[in-house]
Amino acid sequence: MRRKSQWIVYYIAVFLLGIPMIYPVLWLIGSSFKEHAEIFANIGSIIPNKFTIENYIEGWKGFGNVSFATFFRNSFIIAGIGTIGTVISSALVAYGFARIPFKGRSFWFAVMMMTLMLPAQVQIIPQYIMFNRLNWINTFYPLIIPRFFSGVFFIFLIMQFIRGLPIDLDESAEIDGAGRFKIFWWIILPLIKPALITTTLFSFYWTWDDFLGPLLYLNQATLYPVSLALKNFADPTAVTNWGAVFAMSVLSLIPVFLIFVFFQKYLVEGIATTGMKG
Amino acid sequence: MSKRERYNNITGYIFISPWLIGFFVFTFFPIIASFILAFTKYDILTPPRWIAFDNWLRMLSDERYLHSLKATFYYVFTAVPLRLVFALLVALLLRPTTRLTSLFRGIYYLPSLIGGSVAIAIIWRQIFGLDGLTNFLLHLVGIKGPNWLGNPSTAIWTLIVLAAWQFGSSMLIFLAGLKQIPGSLYEAASIDGASIWSQFIKITLPMLSPVILFNLIIQIINGFMVFTQAYIVTSGGPLDTTLFYALYVYQRAFQNLEMGYASAMAWILLIIIAFFTILAFKSSRLWVYYESEGIG
Repeated sequence: MRRKSQWIVYYIAVFLLGIPMIYPVLWLIGSSFKEHAEIFANIGSIIPNKFTIENYIEGWKGFGNVSFATFFRNSFIIAGIGTIGTVISSALVAYGFARIPFKGRSFWFAVMMMTLMLPAQVQIIPQYIMFNRLNWINTFYPLIIPRFFSGVFFIFLIMQFIRGLPIDLDESAEIDGAGRFKIFWWIILPLIKPALITTTLFSFYWTWDDFLGPLLYLNQATLYPVSLALKNFADPTAVTNWGAVFAMSVLSLIPVFLIFVFFQKYLVEGIATTGMKG
Repeated sequence: MSKRERYNNITGYIFISPWLIGFFVFTFFPIIASFILAFTKYDILTPPRWIAFDNWLRMLSDERYLHSLKATFYYVFTAVPLRLVFALLVALLLRPTTRLTSLFRGIYYLPSLIGGSVAIAIIWRQIFGLDGLTNFLLHLVGIKGPNWLGNPSTAIWTLIVLAAWQFGSSMLIFLAGLKQIPGSLYEAASIDGASIWSQFIKITLPMLSPVILFNLIIQIINGFMVFTQAYIVTSGGPLDTTLFYALYVYQRAFQNLEMGYASAMAWILLIIIAFFTILAFKSSRLWVYYESEGIG
């Protein structure tokens, strides 16, 4: 009996400590369905007294004659194309580092790992000058093109996965006369699917959340992704329609929520193997 | 060079070429350019002008720069330990596997997943607003809450709480580390009559220390680079008390168009981060346990 009561105490403790973790999120969702007057009058409650979707209708209209349909489309374009580029290029590089004993491999690998320590601030100013010269300001190029040159965290993640595959696979394929590219395409790629899924999820989610990039390179509302649009939507210098801001905030989190609900296993594995910021 | 070696070299560089090209174009040359810019005055519109060490000396007398250093250090040295302590405590709590473990793990991880978003930063401004959620909850227990975001001594804490709230990914790394500790160590210890506390000090902490080091380094690096939350929640105010380093670099570079000065500041940030990363590694000899040494 004592063990059972210990478990009950345990569950209650874990549950109570979990409340501050989840309360702000539930509160945000609940408030987005409240009427204007109720948002502040009934501020603490999660469940609206009177349920309305008015905030969503108002919020969706956006600002400056640009609706959130445009902002979501922009976000999907930037995150979608960028993610495809990241996954393909990172898989190629990971295979090169993990399986091919070329000259200078350990040197370049060390250089790559060191770049993780570099603050973005050292790179963004010259990058901005470069993209500015190329006339890429107010285009998606500065946000998409660099993604086609792989990401270090993802290379590392996929490498760890490739290292776990038996080397006999490569060797027996080589004896059968297959070249590196055939081995990569036909043997390795199908086997590293879980790592590719993890890369896809994180890459998409990071690009979706990215704020600094759009802030630097986009200054026309028609080009804004959701992150930048939300910031402007909740401009503290103007009167903020909190109901609409809450509603659009909820919508902006939906893709991330979906990844969380359906692919949690991949996220957890990705973080546990590489320490990626989740 | 044998034919085989040549084949390996050629294919090797072809496979890593996306990273290698990207490294030179987006990292290596920008860093060199940034270093050179740091000795110039450059506003993008007119050509850069060489001013030698003026940018570097200017930092010493720039009061706002010193404020930003202070705010950043204060933030990093409170938010990072808090986040790691929470992460470790909750990881220990969630260590026993039960039917609800994955649900609980999800709940504790969720803030980490969404906490970096613009949406949460905006909500934070409401939560800590004068008539926001926090003050309402305090009012329920009879406390009149302060103006969190407007008060120089409390504003930075709204950001520290936001950071500590997102301990989820560190927690997952700790959980993975805890799983690696062989259960036999604890069994042997409890046969010898070791208490839970001494098991924690003598087994869990040493066995987990490499993971703690890893988490510490990642969090320090991330902590020094925090931008979005400060930009949205407090905009650096009040009185520059939340003017984080990355935010000040952004303001100088892109709002005042002082690209040279901002580059010099960015280089100092690089040196600061490198210093603390190396310090963490060096100090690890004193407190990180590697299995070959044996538990003393």
